[in-house]
Amino acid sequence: MKLTSITLAVGAMMASTAIASAADCETITLGSAISLTGKYATNGVHAKNGYEFAIKKIDEAGGIKFGGKCYNFNVIYYDDESKGDRGATLAERLISQDKVQYMLGPYSSGLTKAIAPVTEKYGIPMVEAEGASRSLFNKGYKYLFAVLSTSEQYLASAVTLAGEKAVEGGKTAGDVKVAIAVENDPFSLDIRAGVMEDAAKLGMKIVIDEKLPRDLSDMTAILTKVKLVKPDLLVVSGHSKGAATAVRQIGEQKISTPMIALTHCEAADVTGNFGAAANDILCATQWSETLSYSDPIFGTAAEYEVQFKAAYPEYASKKVPYQTAQASAAVYVFKDAFERAASLDKEKVRDAIAATDMKTFYGGIKFSEAGNNIAKPMVLRQIQDGAYNVVAPSAFASHKVNWPRKTN
Amino acid sequence: MSVQKTGLYAALLIFIVASPFVFPTFGVQLGTLWLMIIVAMTWDMTGGQMGYNSLGNIFFYGTGMYVAALISIALVYDVGEYTGASGGGRYDFTDAQYFTGFVLGTIGAGIFCALSAFVIGYVTFGLRGPYFAIGTLGVAIAAGELVSNWDWVGGGQGITLPVYPGDLDEGKIFIYFAYAITGVLLFIFLNWLYKTRFGAAINAIRDDEEKAEAMGVHTMRYKLVTWAMSAFFIGVAGGISAFQLISFEPLESAYQTINLGIFMVVCVLLGGKGTLWGPIIGAILFQIFKEVTWNYFLGWQWVALGALIVVTVVYFQDGLMGWLRTTRPEWFGLTVDERDDDAPQTAAAAGEGAK
Amino acid sequence: MDQIASNIGLLIDYPVVNLKIIIDGVMIGALFALAAYGLALVWGVMNVKNLAQGDFVIGGGYVSWWLVKNVGLHPLLGVPAAFVVMALLGGALHGTPVHQWARSQKKPMIIVSLVTGFVFIVATYLGDSAGSIAGYAGMVLTILLIINGGIYNLVISRVIERDLFTSLLATFGLAIMGAQIMNLLFGSDTQSLDLGYDTLYFADGLIDIPIAKLIGVIMAAALATVVIIFMKRSRMGQAIRATAQDARAARVLGIDTEKVYAFTFSLNAAICGAAGAIIVMVWVIQPFYGITYSVRAFVIVTAAGLGNLPGVIAAGLGIGAAEQYGSHVFGIGYQQAIAVMLLLAVLVFRLMQQKRNRQVLQ
Repeated sequence: MKLTSITLAVGAMMASTAIASAADCETITLGSAISLTGKYATNGVHAKNGYEFAIKKIDEAGGIKFGGKCYNFNVIYYDDESKGDRGATLAERLISQDKVQYMLGPYSSGLTKAIAPVTEKYGIPMVEAEGASRSLFNKGYKYLFAVLSTSEQYLASAVTLAGEKAVEGGKTAGDVKVAIAVENDPFSLDIRAGVMEDAAKLGMKIVIDEKLPRDLSDMTAILTKVKLVKPDLLVVSGHSKGAATAVRQIGEQKISTPMIALTHCEAADVTGNFGAAANDILCATQWSETLSYSDPIFGTAAEYEVQFKAAYPEYASKKVPYQTAQASAAVYVFKDAFERAASLDKEKVRDAIAATDMKTFYGGIKFSEAGNNIAKPMVLRQIQDGAYNVVAPSAFASHKVNWPRKTN
Repeated sequence: MSVQKTGLYAALLIFIVASPFVFPTFGVQLGTLWLMIIVAMTWDMTGGQMGYNSLGNIFFYGTGMYVAALISIALVYDVGEYTGASGGGRYDFTDAQYFTGFVLGTIGAGIFCALSAFVIGYVTFGLRGPYFAIGTLGVAIAAGELVSNWDWVGGGQGITLPVYPGDLDEGKIFIYFAYAITGVLLFIFLNWLYKTRFGAAINAIRDDEEKAEAMGVHTMRYKLVTWAMSAFFIGVAGGISAFQLISFEPLESAYQTINLGIFMVVCVLLGGKGTLWGPIIGAILFQIFKEVTWNYFLGWQWVALGALIVVTVVYFQDGLMGWLRTTRPEWFGLTVDERDDDAPQTAAAAGEGAK
Repeated sequence: MDQIASNIGLLIDYPVVNLKIIIDGVMIGALFALAAYGLALVWGVMNVKNLAQGDFVIGGGYVSWWLVKNVGLHPLLGVPAAFVVMALLGGALHGTPVHQWARSQKKPMIIVSLVTGFVFIVATYLGDSAGSIAGYAGMVLTILLIINGGIYNLVISRVIERDLFTSLLATFGLAIMGAQIMNLLFGSDTQSLDLGYDTLYFADGLIDIPIAKLIGVIMAAALATVVIIFMKRSRMGQAIRATAQDARAARVLGIDTEKVYAFTFSLNAAICGAAGAIIVMVWVIQPFYGITYSVRAFVIVTAAGLGNLPGVIAAGLGIGAAEQYGSHVFGIGYQQAIAVMLLLAVLVFRLMQQKRNRQVLQ
């Protein structure tokens, strides 16, 4: 694995120098510790492909141009094995040994949490695309920027939607009963915190609040409770295994909750694995190729998907994951910032990133004081007859939400 | 002490002090190496010297982490508020607050762990053989699960501690010396302890508990005190570890039963049970093995590690020291007759052997 | 606290829920009981405390899953398939003519399996279809080498006579290896097989029994019955029981205890494998879930004691139900904690019993 990643890096380096000499562009080196092995490997590779694809597209579009010169990106990758302590060590290696001045993020909130103190200490701007936990943005980090929406927003539209439906049905949002079952890990707990806050704002009642164990294989106990207290909205978040177990047992136990919202539906491939049982379930996503965003480099979201599949044929038969799209967006942020800063000085680049305000195929990007992106909403998709259709927020919806859920 | 031995110890001490400056790029690994040495030596106190094979010593490591973190937070902020602030709020620590928190936290962690060893030991020391191992393992697993459900200490989110206030490299050296000082103190303490009556008593418990009892050894008291002393040092090491990791959570970093909890046992078996230097050598060998496989057998490193455990336990249970003792008895001198000289001789011989 | 009170309130308001919890508990408990039964067997007969028990269960699950997904086997046939494959891995052929032949061909076997194993790794790594065929060949031959002794011959036979802690640690090493090998072969995603059968509903839909689950429980019960009858009636079963009672006497009386040990261990692996194949049809599996089943098996065996087969089964069912009750009242997050606390409670209870016995003696 390591050998290949080195060969890849060397190969990429050679390729980029070859092009650079052809186009007379200089090279800007970025660094990234990313999970190529370990439990996050699948998504780590998605993110890396997103980075590489964006670099290629920017190169094809003439590179980064400022001060009468042009530049291309090159990324030095290391494999962090999905482990925090390893990630922090590698970040240091990138900065102190490879003299990297700008960083792209790793995969997952946990890894970003481990690396951020290092980049912060050295004052290295890091644009990350895969760490959504809010706990990243209350530490006062100045050099950390995230293009994705924070995790408490994942299911916010589901809560709003449940409130709207209650009003349509002649009740008030305050009558809505919410059941929450999330895994006991930082990411999912953040989702829970978000749902709790939104529900409290609308005056909803939390009737079930359970934490799923990490080695979850059976949640009948929770679903039995759901049957008894009959909530109006059931929220389950527990990575792929949470989604898989939930969809399977919801189908088996004939849970008739009118609205069910999950995360990681695509990763667990619930439509492929459980077919009809997954119908009418709501799924949170950072990005959907059906959205109407666009930019001059990648075109529209739909075009991004087509081009990406052409460049990486192994994605031909599946959906391009949002992890890839946001990784590409992170590289794009760097390009934009370098051009506005018109300098290679990392402080100037940092200030330029902080002032980012752009429209991309991935959505708007504008950073708050804390470094998270506040210009892009999360979207909610519903599985309708096996297809993922955007149903909320209403500004982006391509289909109407099916409510209440059909129970077969 | 002979001249030779004094020289050896002095050389070792210089090496210990100099190594973080000589190998600055390995700062983190060197700190972790000390952690392994400490936990291996403390495990050997009960496992090797007293014959009680605990699989739950990781309980004290995790508890130490939590106690140290909670003390250092509680000195400045309200804990519930601090851990509950996943969404907003910022908490800064001044330099003075950081260091007071560090010192009080790690020592407090040690004391708390020693006390809890008394309580847990009172129940589990009635168990013999594999039941003691299973029982202590149960305690560690249960503790991890309960802490992960306890919102006041952050639940499954874990705790994020403040970063070292000074320069990053300086922080690494600070952590290294915190570990190294604990380790050296532990070594000096054990070197003395194993030569006393107390050491003889716990060895007697290992060899035959019933007979020891019949000889008038208050076995329960000895067992509890030994475990409490070992728990104190693991607790301190855990506390330092909390400040090293900065951000930790209950199941995978604090109460990591199947990682560090087993590694410490393997270290001891690798080096040789019931010897002063065995655990140290074992920890060094284990750490090297781990780093090498992690670098060159990526993906298969856990398979290699499992294989190492199986091979060590099945084919090589006496460890390096045991093997040396049978193949090179002359290095150990007259170990049979001069009981008093046993440990230091062993120490010197191992030092030579290690070179 | 409020949550606990309201959860207990639900039990009182809807009495039928108690029945539902017990049914769910018994269903999962039946599978715990299978794994525990195997553990009681190896513990009682060979004094090996197998911490890799849960990984055998998960291994069986993956065997069945892989065969269904790649060969197109019916999920129900995955159960006997997993039984056989796990028995072979465990060392079922140890001491048989096949084993003796393989032993005489050691060098060529090692070379062939090394070469094909290498081809297999490279092919899987490159992920092309021609390579996957070579991969099958490599796999088959690697398994052949494993047959040449199996886990029993490589590890277990060497820890039987050793002290009590050794087998715990050695099997723990096996557990780590097993989990990681499964992770590398099958990936870390959760997997399950959907039989697509319907669900039966009673009491206003409050009680639901998926037919797949029902089939799983019936298969578990059938397997347990067959094993119990086998132990009682067959020659081998009698030899196993004799060895458990007194290995030395059994040897004197002409029982090949080595063969008995190998057989017992592979029988245990096979029972676990079958349990895993049932689990993958009804619940989900993941490479690192083994520890859950190992912990349950230890709880049950410690609670029921060795050599008490009906006790093991009863304890298995009871623990299943207790866990379901516990996770209903305290929340599902406490499931594992409840199982472990039960273990500790049992240990402490035993301890106090012992103390009382000692005092009586005095």
